[in-house]
Formats: sequence, structure tokens, C-alpha cells
Amino acid sequence: MLTFISKRILEAIPTLLILITVSFFLMHSAPGSPFSSERTLPPEVLANINAKYHLDEPVINQYFYYLGGLLQGDLGPSFRYKDFTINELIAQSFPVSAEIGIWSFLVALLIGVGCGIIAALRQNSWLDYSVMGFANLGIVLPNFVLAPLCILFFSIYNQWLPPGGWNGGAWPYLVMPVIAMSTSYIAQIARITRGSMIETMHSNFIRTARAKGLPKYRIIFQHALRPAMLPVISYLGPAFVGIVTGSVIVDVYFGTGGIGQHFINGALNRDYSMVMGVTILVGTLTILFNAIVDILYAVIDPKIRY
Amino acid sequence: MMTTKDKIQAVEQFAERVVEVEGRSLWQDARRRFFSNHAAVTSLIILTMIAAIALLGPFFSQWNYDDIDWEALSDISTLGRPNIENGHYFGTDTLGRDIFVRTMQGGQISLLVGIMGSAVAIIIGTLYGAASGYLGGRVDSVMMRFLEILNSFPFMFFVIILMTLFGRHIFLIFVAIGAISWLDMARIVRGQTLSLKNKEYIEAAYACGVSTPKIILRHIVPNVLGIVVVYATLLVPNMILLESFISFLGLGVQEPMTSWGALISEGAQNMEIAIWQLAWPLGFLVVTLFCFNFLGDGLRDALDPKDR
Amino acid sequence: MSLSNTENLLEVTNLRVNFRTPDGFVTAVNDLNFTLEQGQTLGIVGESGSGKSQTAFALMGLLAGNGVIEGEARFKGQNILTLNEKAMNRIRSKDIAMIFQDPMTSLNPYMKVGKQLMEVLMLHKGMSKAEAFEASVKMLDAVKMPEAHKRMNMYPHEFSGGMRQRVMIAMALLCQPKLLIADEPTTALDVTVQAQILTLLNELKDDFNTSIIMITHDLGVVAGLCDKVLVMYAGQTMEYGTAEDVFYRPTHPYTQGLLNAIPRLDADDEKLSTIPGNPPNLLQMPSGCPFQARCEFAKDRCGESMPELKEFAPGQLRACHKSVDGWVA
Repeated sequence: MLTFISKRILEAIPTLLILITVSFFLMHSAPGSPFSSERTLPPEVLANINAKYHLDEPVINQYFYYLGGLLQGDLGPSFRYKDFTINELIAQSFPVSAEIGIWSFLVALLIGVGCGIIAALRQNSWLDYSVMGFANLGIVLPNFVLAPLCILFFSIYNQWLPPGGWNGGAWPYLVMPVIAMSTSYIAQIARITRGSMIETMHSNFIRTARAKGLPKYRIIFQHALRPAMLPVISYLGPAFVGIVTGSVIVDVYFGTGGIGQHFINGALNRDYSMVMGVTILVGTLTILFNAIVDILYAVIDPKIRY
Repeated sequence: MMTTKDKIQAVEQFAERVVEVEGRSLWQDARRRFFSNHAAVTSLIILTMIAAIALLGPFFSQWNYDDIDWEALSDISTLGRPNIENGHYFGTDTLGRDIFVRTMQGGQISLLVGIMGSAVAIIIGTLYGAASGYLGGRVDSVMMRFLEILNSFPFMFFVIILMTLFGRHIFLIFVAIGAISWLDMARIVRGQTLSLKNKEYIEAAYACGVSTPKIILRHIVPNVLGIVVVYATLLVPNMILLESFISFLGLGVQEPMTSWGALISEGAQNMEIAIWQLAWPLGFLVVTLFCFNFLGDGLRDALDPKDR
Repeated sequence: MSLSNTENLLEVTNLRVNFRTPDGFVTAVNDLNFTLEQGQTLGIVGESGSGKSQTAFALMGLLAGNGVIEGEARFKGQNILTLNEKAMNRIRSKDIAMIFQDPMTSLNPYMKVGKQLMEVLMLHKGMSKAEAFEASVKMLDAVKMPEAHKRMNMYPHEFSGGMRQRVMIAMALLCQPKLLIADEPTTALDVTVQAQILTLLNELKDDFNTSIIMITHDLGVVAGLCDKVLVMYAGQTMEYGTAEDVFYRPTHPYTQGLLNAIPRLDADDEKLSTIPGNPPNLLQMPSGCPFQARCEFAKDRCGESMPELKEFAPGQLRACHKSVDGWVA
């Protein structure tokens, strides 16, 4: 098991390197430079700045400067917010995104799995139909649609919640971002759970468990839940990516000040190091998370050899 | 004795016939099951209607999608309301442009992106998956490793970078969205191919020296078509959503053209004073996505009749 | 029925299993009657689709959701077909246990074999974990599982098919049930393993004095193991009697056909004899005898009415218009 885990983590390193390389050269092949728009700068100052950031050197040199810095955990200075390093900006904004993300993830998982199981066990009842109706609705209401609808309902029609801001993560500021982020994942997870639960409950080994005279709740929780969770676990990877991407929307809408906001501003302002920093952070998290999902899968399914 | 070439042809014809016979009864069965699924059939009808309205609707309006109604512009919150008399069936946006025509025009873009994006994903994904599964061995593991690497990439971020750096072009949106979405397709097709690979007619074709690309294109690909169709139907709404997401961030289609995502984005900004600007495109988007999902489910149940 | 007897362990009367399908009602089991005494073995024989497995599922209360049961099945005097889930759970495995056809998929692949065995004992006998473990190991030993102790901690996929079926048998016998229903327990296994499993069942039957309902399409299995035989075709009883009578003096054309279809080493015939045709579609049952289309003796009468199941000799019943000695005008 330990070798499997370490192997899985070692495999992540080349992936990460490719990610860094591709995004670096993608950024640098774009026309224009981060400072070319600032017309007020005299040419010699611009040259100085370019020299300071190694922008006057060949791209390949810049790449190795960047890699060198990265090895020491340095994501470089921001080209936009000149008094800040990327590390500082990310350290400031990442906890916000992480908090919203983790809450959304937990809410999606718990409610999604719960609803899915209930719907599966009461297949073709009104409960099943209403849960699945909600799930179908949740899937077609993307976060950028839900966000304004939330604001409309919770903040404009009823003054229940503040329409935006963060305020250190107090719960009234957390509710709408989490609703907007998690709804479609609740729906997806509920659908997946329902489908796999129904399939599992029809399998031969569940029939054996019934023939043993086990009570229903024990059949569900001890025999059916584990295999029924496998498809849900494989969905966690994509769900994670979706939630990370969704943070862009949440930041734009609710002004929560997470990394999504920095990313969009960075992209619009050609703040190379900012965009790179966020991309690498998100990529690393995704790779790490996929590894965790694989390990989890191996823990649950005894048939997987490692 | 037959020459080798004759043999190859004979075997190929035979293999095709086998496929055909199997295929026909499968599709007939599937059609019967599909048409007895009311939700799926209703969805198909609604989708056809939406597509028809999106294409033909603009001809029934006196406004163009970039026309500005100067009269309505003076007071959007009252004069811009939906009104049959002045021809603004769905109202106007903040610039006095007709929401009906813009929603239709946005629908064209959204549906086009959805279909084209899926097409890109399907073509790349099917060929990649079939090749990987059929070639097997080391090639397969390298190709799958490559897929895994791509899977770890935050693609949405790349798309955003691309859009900001290289400017917005509708063609770029197709390619970018399609390129993100072929990964799952490839994985599904590979799995199917692996199980097909050991079927007798494939082995027969191989044993008689039919070339690899020919086996993949003529024997493998037609047989994974069922699952591809199902997945494509489920892919289209995802494509529409992705496009809307990009447009929502203001990185999608170029003004004065629009898409549902862009319209929703604009509508959301004015929802306090002019809810119709949000409601119409949102309604169309949601209904379309809803129908595609039901259609996909219906097709899946029809082609893969497991009790779910 | 004349066979009814107060000391019978199981009395099945007019058992009927119907399924609601999109294409209409399907009768899988049609008016089945049989009795079983303690320690006796009954073989239910028939081709696939003859309703024999559905009979077993009906008795265990494991029918699919669209199944409807009619009739009675008195187990120790109590009708088990009308029991609710909770009451049925107290009987399952404790008094009536079942072995399934496919050992490869009938064990939970995500749970250690030991736990799957122990939970039966902990549930029905109230044993502690340690007691259940010991008892399970003993039972694995009894079904001749090598290294039983070590195997308790293994997962099903680490076992071969025969070994898994031994686990299933051990699991079924843990509470020493009065009745064991074995649904084609050897079909999915190799021939050598089949013989081992059958020998095992035969020994266990004597050791535990368990009654067995052996469901099979393999007449050889029945001959070696059973006291009574019930031959089913398309959901209906064709012939019912002691194993000896049915085997050595088969009177029903279907049973005769089945027996002739067994390849024999001592016969000179090179050609394998078969029953021509296929069982009827249960959705469109022909009127009259379901076997008529394949029966070499069929007359007009056979298409008009279903022959009654009648006792023609003590303890021997058959459903056929043709009399035992041939057609009587």
C-alpha cells in the first residue's frame, strides 16, 4: 500500500513539470508584454523593469529562472501589484477559496449521496421522482446562473443575506457562494449514487445477503454502500476540478476575493506570474487530489492490486 | 484457390455483414424503447422546436439583433418591457436592442458551439480511444498515460488564458471546448474497443491481413457508435454550459453578436430593474439543457437496457 | 393431495408465480404441489426457463419486485409465503438456507469471506465475534476448505469458483438449517469440482440431517442425491415420484426424452438423442399441454386440454393424456 501511494505521488511530478512548461510557454508566446500598455513609462525605465524581471532575455532563460524560483517555492513578483509577490497574494486569497471549496465539496457529497441513496431505495416513488426532479434541475442550473438568482432571492427580494463580500468568512457571507457552487454537484452526485445503488441492490451478492436474513439497513450500509460508492469516488476528481473552476464565478459574483478573482484579473492584465502561479497551484491541487482519489479507490476495492 | 486479395475482401464483406445484422436488430430494438420513453420523445420535440425558433425566429421580428431602439432606450425599465405592440416580444436590453432576436441569435451560437464542440470531442476522442484500445500494449499505456496527464490540467484556466491572449474568435471557442472534452470520450471508447477486440470478426479481419487503420475505422468505430451517440447527447449540454461560462466571463463571442451565456451575464447585471433581460435567455438555456439531459438518458436507456 | 402428512417439513400447495411485464402477465410457476419430509431430498428437474429457480426464489421470498405469488407453502405448519420481511428474515438462513447458481458473483466482493460468514452467526445465534469466528472456521473445515483459518481474512476474488461454492455451502449450513435449497449449485463449475461439491452435499446432508431441494437440469445430479424427483416443464409439473420410479420407470414422454438425452458410454448409438425444438415462450403459451409441440406421441387431444396431474401408482404422479401403457382409445 505504501509503495502504491509513493509511486502514485512520484508519478505526479512529471505531470506537474509538463503543466508548468506548457503554461509557461503558452503565456510567453502571447503577443504583447505585461508592461507594453503602460505608455507613460519612459523607454529607459521600461528597459530597467524588463531587465529586472528578465523580460529582455530569451524565453528559455526566463523559463529556467522561473523553474529555479519555483524549486524554492517562489512564484515570483506580481507584474501588476508591484509591491506584492505572488506568494503573498495567493497566501491572502487561497484560504478564502479553500474555505468555500471545502464547504461546497462536503455539502455536495453529503447531500448528494444521501439523496441518491434515498431515491434508490424508494425507486419509482414520489420521493424518488422529486429528488431526481431536483437533481435534473440542479444539473441545468450552472453556478453562474444560480449566483445571480441567489442574490436576487436572498439579498434583493428578501434582505436575508449580504449580497457579497467575505468578512473573514462569517457564515452569512458563506451561504450563497456554497449554494451556487455545490448545487450542480449535489445533483450529479445524487444521480450517480442513485444509479449505482440501484445496480448494486440488484446484484447477486445482495440477493445472498437477503437470503441470509440480514435486516435491510445492514444490507444497505454493510453490503451495498461500498460498491455503490465507487462510481461516486471516480466522479470526485472531475467534481473537484469543477469546484475549483467555479471559484472564478463565485469570486466574480460575490466579490469574495479568492484566487479566481486574481486569476481573471491576471489574465486580463497579462500578469504572467499571477496567471502562472494560480495555474500551477490549481494544477498541483488537481494532481494531488486525483492521486488521493486513486488511493481511496484502491482502499475501497480489494480487487485493485497495487 | 482464391487469391489473398479475394480472401481479404470476402472476409471483410462477411465481417461487415455480421456487424450489420447485429447492428440492425440492436438499433431497431433501441428505437422501439426510445419511442416508448415519453420524457425523451417530448424533449426531442421541444429541442427541435427551440432549434427551429432560433433559426427562423429572427425573420418574424422587425428588429435586427444589433438594432438599437432609441425610443425604448430612453427608459428601459418601463419602455423596454416585453411588449407585443412595438415588436419587442421579450423586451429590450439596456442598449435598447431587442431581446427576442438576440435570444434567438444567441441560441444559434450556443447550439452551434454545443454541436460543433461535441463533434470535435467525438472525432478526436473516438479515434484516439479506438486506436489506443486496439493497438494495446505499450502504445496503449503511453496513450493512456498522456490522457491522465491531460486530465490533471486545469483546462478551463487554459481556455481563459487562450481567450485573453489570442483574442476571441468563435472558431477558437469550438476548438478549445472540444479539446477539453474529448478525454472522457476517448476513455469510454477505449474500454469498448478492448472488449470488441476479441470478437471473432475483428480477429478474422486481422488474421487475413486487413490493415490496422482499416480495422479501426471500418470495424471498431461503427460498433462503438451506440455509446458515442449517447455520450454525445450528454456532451452537448456540457458544451453549451462551457461556452456560456466563457461568455459569462466576457471572454466569449464578440459584441454585437451574443450567446445565451453572454445574455445571461448582461441580464444578471440589470436583474433588479429589468428581470426579463435575465429571464428569457435563462429560460431558453435551462429548457435546452434539461431536454438534452432527458434525451441523453432516454438514448442511454434505449441502447443499454439495464435497470437503472 | 394424498401425500399430505402432518410430519412433513414443507408442504407446497398450488404455488403459482406470475410476473408483471411490459408485455403482459407471465406465469413462471403454475400450480406446483409437493411435500418434503425431514431429511429427504427432492430434486426439481427441468430445462432453463422451466420455473424451477423461480420456485426457489418464491420460497425464500427473494422474487423480483414484479413477481406475484399465489398458493401456500407451509414450513413446519406455517405459511411462509405471506410472512412480512421481518418475520421472513428470522427464517432465512436460520431455518431455510439457499445456495445460488453462480458462486462467482454471489459473494460480496468487497467484504472478507470471514466477515460474510460470521455475520450470519452473530445475527441468528447472537454469537460474539470470537465465537462466530471459531464456528465459521469449523464450518469451513467441514466443507473441506484447506487452511480455513487463513482464508477467513481473504476476499472472494482470491478464491477459485469451487472454493467459493464451498464458502457458499458453509455459509448456508452455519445455522444448521432444516431445509437447504440448492439452485444449480454445480452448473458454473468444472466437472471434477462438480463431483466434489455433490459428494460434499451428500455427506453434509447425512451429518446435519438437512432436507434439501436440489434444483438442477442435470439428471445425473438427481440420481446420485435425491429421494424424490419433480420434473417441471414451462412452469408445470410433468411427473413427480420417487427417484427410483422416475429414473427406472419414467412414464412421461418428457422425462423419457430427458433420460434418453443423457449420453451413455455403454450404449452403441453413435448419435446423441435430443428432444427436438425449444420450450414454449411463456408469453404465448399454447393451449393444452405445453410439451405437445415437441412430443412424439402428441395427438389432437393434447392441443385441446392440459392433462391433469394424477396419481397413477402409489406416490407417483404424472400429467399426460397418454396412459402409462400407451394410448387407449
